[in-house]
Amino acid sequence: MRSIANPRLMLMILSAVFAFLYIPISVLFALSFNEGGLPTAWTGFSVKWYGALFRNSDIMGAALNTLVVAVISTALATILGTLLAVGVEIRRRKGRFLETIIFAPMIIPDIVLAIALLSFFSLLNVTLGLHTVILSHVVFNLAFVCSVVRSRLKTFDWSVVEASTDLGAPMVVTLWRVVLPVMMPAVIAGALLAFTLSLDEFIIAFFTAGAGRDSITLPMQIFAMIRFGVTPEINALAAIVMTLSVVILALSQRLNRGGLPGQ
Amino acid sequence: MHWRIAPQIQARRMIDRKPLYLMTPALAWLTAFMVAPCLMILALAFFQRGIYGGIDYTFTLENIALVFDPLYANIFLKSAFIAGLSATIAVVIGYAAAFAITAAPAKRQAMLLFFAVLPFWSNYLVRTYAWIVMLNREGLIAGAAQWLGYDGELPKMLYTETAVVIGLVYNYLPFVILACYAPLSRLNPEIAEASRDLGGNGWTTFRRVILPMTVPGIATGFVFVFVLSIGNFVTPALLGGGQFQMIGNLVYAQFLTANDWPFGAALSMFLIAIMMGLLTLQTYASERASGARREE
Repeated sequence: MRSIANPRLMLMILSAVFAFLYIPISVLFALSFNEGGLPTAWTGFSVKWYGALFRNSDIMGAALNTLVVAVISTALATILGTLLAVGVEIRRRKGRFLETIIFAPMIIPDIVLAIALLSFFSLLNVTLGLHTVILSHVVFNLAFVCSVVRSRLKTFDWSVVEASTDLGAPMVVTLWRVVLPVMMPAVIAGALLAFTLSLDEFIIAFFTAGAGRDSITLPMQIFAMIRFGVTPEINALAAIVMTLSVVILALSQRLNRGGLPGQ
Repeated sequence: MHWRIAPQIQARRMIDRKPLYLMTPALAWLTAFMVAPCLMILALAFFQRGIYGGIDYTFTLENIALVFDPLYANIFLKSAFIAGLSATIAVVIGYAAAFAITAAPAKRQAMLLFFAVLPFWSNYLVRTYAWIVMLNREGLIAGAAQWLGYDGELPKMLYTETAVVIGLVYNYLPFVILACYAPLSRLNPEIAEASRDLGGNGWTTFRRVILPMTVPGIATGFVFVFVLSIGNFVTPALLGGGQFQMIGNLVYAQFLTANDWPFGAALSMFLIAIMMGLLTLQTYASERASGARREE
């Protein structure tokens, strides 16, 4: 595109877009270190708002809940999603219906899945709580794990499976000792992706966690807090949450050079 | 290459017999916690609301009819307008950014793209909150105006429709940049040169050659932003401050406050229909575009 592009105009566009993307985030980070906590005046560098965060038992409780949800749903989704990916890739015939079912959790709007699950659990008289959040998070997490692992398997040389089978290994052994090691980076990348998605997920958790105080996740806590406006404590919390997901996803991206799904 | 492909096919055939036991757990999970609940929502839309807010299992079309009630139809139109506006702005900015990235030296493109997408990886709530910090009365923009010597009353920025549109554009822009970058980066640079040699200036080349060839990226970006915006309830709730309702907020209210589940289900049914229609259209558009490319 260089031949028809005006370099000065291109530079202006890039500067404007990156300013738009990064100024709000940078302001947030800067304010979280502002002693006075107000956006209008810089009164000195301080980490006291981070300290306040760790003494806030509501926030710590919510963080713990989120961790429980993310760890368990990621573990389940990684197992189910990986098995699904291998199963789908082994099949030679690709069914359109099957593809749709597997792809659906990634494109269904959160609010639709959220209300569907809320009605489902309620009409079946299932008590809502962290366990229902976990059940729900596995749905989209397993789809993302499956997608990451499948992209890895696309370049997999299946003749090594034949070799292993020829040498007398049962299918389970072949999968465990031949296929899994090849897939491992993608499995870990998928798990990391699922973990961050679960950490950050708000809408489905909001609908399926029920009304109890003890099943509030961190995004739910953040939502409740920011409805009441700007506080320096939220700035600090926002900075931590933001850094955490970016670091984990960068790690996932590094492991899986094929790229994340949807990107 | 036949000698390489043949054993692979053979190997797959050998283990083809039982891929089912690998897929069953995940498919069972998806059936139980996605397919069944979604089908239930469809069914729910055709039942009556119980007197005490529960569900009365009598068939009715009232909920569907109520969606077309001017009060609610207007909210649908309003949401579609906000979503359409956000998607248009996001596509214009995103396309320009993607174009500027492809015009950068090849070595720098990957890095630019990485930093364009990076914000997308962080928490949606936090990114929306960043705009509360920017737009509120004691926020950064107000502070900057004051610092520049502006003393008058600033127009209200937070809790307006504009704030909602800004929030939606901000949140989904990285995706649009990615969607537009893909077809732009695949373009053969010789095409632009050919157009030049044939007498087209830069703008003509862009409008008549480059733009038509990158429609799939634009369509993908637009549909993505539209679909995610029209059902959004977080951004209107936080940046719109409950001043006006969008479909997402309406659905939310039916389920969590008004307790009229059948109507909420009917609303979501229409929401899903709009989204599916658009996604199908987008798939069709990109398939047609790739078909056209093959014919060339």
